[in-house]
Amino acid sequence: MALPPPDPQFVLRGTSAAVHALHFSCGSQEPDVPILFSGSENGFIHVWNLKTHRVDTALDGHGRKSVYCVETMDGKDRLLSQGRDQRICLWDLAEGRTALTDSVFTENVGFCRCSLLKVAQGRWLMAMAAKALEEVQVLELPSKTSVCTLKPEVGAKLGMPMCLKLWQLNCGSRPLLLAGYEDGSVVLWNLSMGRALSQLVCHQEPVMSLDFDSEKAKGISGSSEKVLSIWSLNEQQNLQVYKTHELVNAGISGITIRPDKKILATAGWDHRIRIFGWKKMKPLAVLDYHTATVHCVSFSDHKNPSERLLAAGSKDHRISIWSIYTQT
Amino acid sequence: VCFIPGGLDCSISFVSHVLGKVCVHGRQKEMLSVLVPRLTDLTKSDCIWQRICWRLVECVPDRWMEAVVLGFVQRAPGAAVLSRLLGNLVVKNKKAQFVVTQKVLLLQYGHTTAVLQNLLGYLSLDSLRRALLIKVLKELLETWGSSSAVKHSPPEQQQYISKAILICLSHLKEPEIESCRQELLTSMMEGVKCHLDSSLPQIRRLGMIVAESISSKINTDGPVLKFQYEEDDEARELKSLLVQTPPFCVVPSLPDDDRNGKADAALPLVLESNKKSHTAAPVMPDEKSDAELDSDDDLIPYDMSEDKELKTKAPVYIRDCIEVLTGSEDVDKWEATVKALESLVRKNPAATREVSVELAKVLLHLEEKTCIEGFVELRQRAQVAVLTTDPIPVIKYLTSQFYSLNYSLCQRVLVLAAQELSYPKSHGKTKHSGAQKPCIQLLPGSDSSKDWRRIVDERIKSKTRRFATGQSQVELASGPNEFNSVAGHFFFPLIQHFDRPLTTFDLLGEDHFVLGRLVHTLAVLMYLAVNTVAVTAMGRALLEFVSALRFHTDSYVRQGLLSCISSMLLSVPAERLLEDMTEELLETQSWLGDVVEKDPDGDCRRLALQNLLLMENLKKKLKTVPS
Repeated sequence: MALPPPDPQFVLRGTSAAVHALHFSCGSQEPDVPILFSGSENGFIHVWNLKTHRVDTALDGHGRKSVYCVETMDGKDRLLSQGRDQRICLWDLAEGRTALTDSVFTENVGFCRCSLLKVAQGRWLMAMAAKALEEVQVLELPSKTSVCTLKPEVGAKLGMPMCLKLWQLNCGSRPLLLAGYEDGSVVLWNLSMGRALSQLVCHQEPVMSLDFDSEKAKGISGSSEKVLSIWSLNEQQNLQVYKTHELVNAGISGITIRPDKKILATAGWDHRIRIFGWKKMKPLAVLDYHTATVHCVSFSDHKNPSERLLAAGSKDHRISIWSIYTQT
Repeated sequence: VCFIPGGLDCSISFVSHVLGKVCVHGRQKEMLSVLVPRLTDLTKSDCIWQRICWRLVECVPDRWMEAVVLGFVQRAPGAAVLSRLLGNLVVKNKKAQFVVTQKVLLLQYGHTTAVLQNLLGYLSLDSLRRALLIKVLKELLETWGSSSAVKHSPPEQQQYISKAILICLSHLKEPEIESCRQELLTSMMEGVKCHLDSSLPQIRRLGMIVAESISSKINTDGPVLKFQYEEDDEARELKSLLVQTPPFCVVPSLPDDDRNGKADAALPLVLESNKKSHTAAPVMPDEKSDAELDSDDDLIPYDMSEDKELKTKAPVYIRDCIEVLTGSEDVDKWEATVKALESLVRKNPAATREVSVELAKVLLHLEEKTCIEGFVELRQRAQVAVLTTDPIPVIKYLTSQFYSLNYSLCQRVLVLAAQELSYPKSHGKTKHSGAQKPCIQLLPGSDSSKDWRRIVDERIKSKTRRFATGQSQVELASGPNEFNSVAGHFFFPLIQHFDRPLTTFDLLGEDHFVLGRLVHTLAVLMYLAVNTVAVTAMGRALLEFVSALRFHTDSYVRQGLLSCISSMLLSVPAERLLEDMTEELLETQSWLGDVVEKDPDGDCRRLALQNLLLMENLKKKLKTVPS
């Protein structure tokens, strides 16, 4: 007899707006508290203290336009946020400061979340949708120099880039970019040469979100349809469909694989969070708490596996925090 | 009183005379309360006593026969006993026959159901008398089916006749039904038509119940007529009359089963709401080939049986709603839209204002595509929401449509209902209740004068929705009546064309149901227009309208007219009434007096009385206020 799904461990309230982005920062030692960053539609980034479950700080840097991506760079003291004001902001939060140190004007009015990858100490690569419709630009941070601009071939008709994932097999190997586009295809880009290595049509509808497991060379993408597509990368760097998984209700806003690669979580338009086993896409749980579309899901980076958490942000202004499958 | 038994051939005509005289002088109760039980006992098994009894009643002179027979019928504890006591009196004596078959059934209607049971049971118990039973049934049906009787006779009488018909039907045997099947069918069809035409729901229901019963009797195999109506105590009582077990059960089994089956079949059809069945789509993918052991097996799935498909959502934009309602083939979406429409309209007033007239049009023409529970109410509430968001253009549209061609009754009624219900919002908070309180205190504490206020309030309450219910106990804060700016727009267009007949719509002719609703709506409008600028003009126009329709034959219309008068008396300030409308008021007063005395409908009489009281109060109020 299967147990009923668990309830959230706790729920964070107080954003007063739909939550579009979440990012944990729980890796630091005591006396630092575990932190969750959330980006909301009203332009605020809230810094949640996960011990007290209250907001410690609220950052207002996007002119009250929706913040749809938050990432940390080296722990919780450096934050990157992306908003609908066409800016990517860099923040210095060390020692209680809330200083906006830098910003990048992207000139892009879309919704594509940028992707960060640390390539060396103090150096990051950031991929973001560029000004021109189908292009992706990769910048080096913090210098803000352009590394390359990835343009699809003429006539490819990929549409806007919808989601990006920078990855490298291990430290030192060349970084690659996976991009999901409006026409439903996922493209693997080689950054140094600035060209596409492989393209795979995964969906009939725009790819809303994707995530990739570089160890197993397997990725997963979700769109506005009822299907999740799992694809793999072979030795020739070619993408191929591995399998598909049919969902009960259509629409996925976010997918994320847990750092230990055991499970993954999807954020659904049907207000539900679904947990699958990554190895075989075995459905594990359906978490039904929110009363509106779930926009984002994120796993925490706790060093102690039993403390690991899953956070989901929804249009109903709430962030639910779950503790699930923490024993493995 | 005791009789001498024995083989004496005594003449008991003297006793009959005494009996008759006593009864006719009104002493039935005393005499018969002793006599009847005694005779009942004596005649139980003794044939001689039975014959003596028969002789007794047969010898009563004709002029006193009625009193005696009536007394017996009322006192006898059952049809069998009555049969023993009276024998075949009705067959032998013309006067008795007249009393039993005509007077009690058709000319009087004050007797109880038990009396009817006695009487008709008595008729059914002897083969000689059964012919009379059939005759009685035919005459009852004729009355039941006559449209003028339905229109003009009081509801109580109609109920009485319906009961009598049902009891007769319960006594009929199969061969008798066969012989008059055609006649029964014809009368039923005619009768049902007249009854359904009536504006009073009680009459309609009576017609439906009787028609159903007749139909089930004559169509023992095959489909029977079934109506849908509100089942309450009255209906149940009526239907129970059909289930009879005659005292001497020599009835063959077929009619018996018939009757029992009928008791079940006569229950109204309950409309099942459309239950959506969700299919729990299995989430498990089909790979059962988990032959390989891997660490995934540590992860035990949770129960996912609750994971079902989401119901179709309604559109979130008003324009989308209009699209779905006018064109969409997707019934799920259509249903969801209908349910969500009212709240959408209220949340988006700006967007609604852009498309208000179009939306009102769509709603007016909206037909029930699928079976939704409470469709009529949902549609009404949506219409009300549209109306209150953007009153003036929508009301212009609706009132123009009210008088146009080719609308069904429901649609016109919808127009009216929408207007009625939309007032509370625009009504806002007024000093209305405050203004009325002094009135009550001036009156002597008689029940009836408090009644009128309560009844008017209740009636208004039942038709309108109050938004500020929580505060109604406390004196409502006064503020300007927001209805002010739009009152005229609601009221005058409706009253304008009522006497202009169109090819499909004739308020003064057949469509008296709509006329009734129109009149009631005008009454509500008037009531809510208190403290508005236009109230006096409205009052005068309303009074003229009422005068034109005073002698309407439909009691529902008359009730509406009387409530118009009440509203007018309550809303128009007293000074204006007495200064500007004195003559009309006096005329109205004399009309009201007439109604109180002569109107056949009990409700009308009561309303007229309340109006007269209102007028009295008005006069008193003005007398005490120094002018």
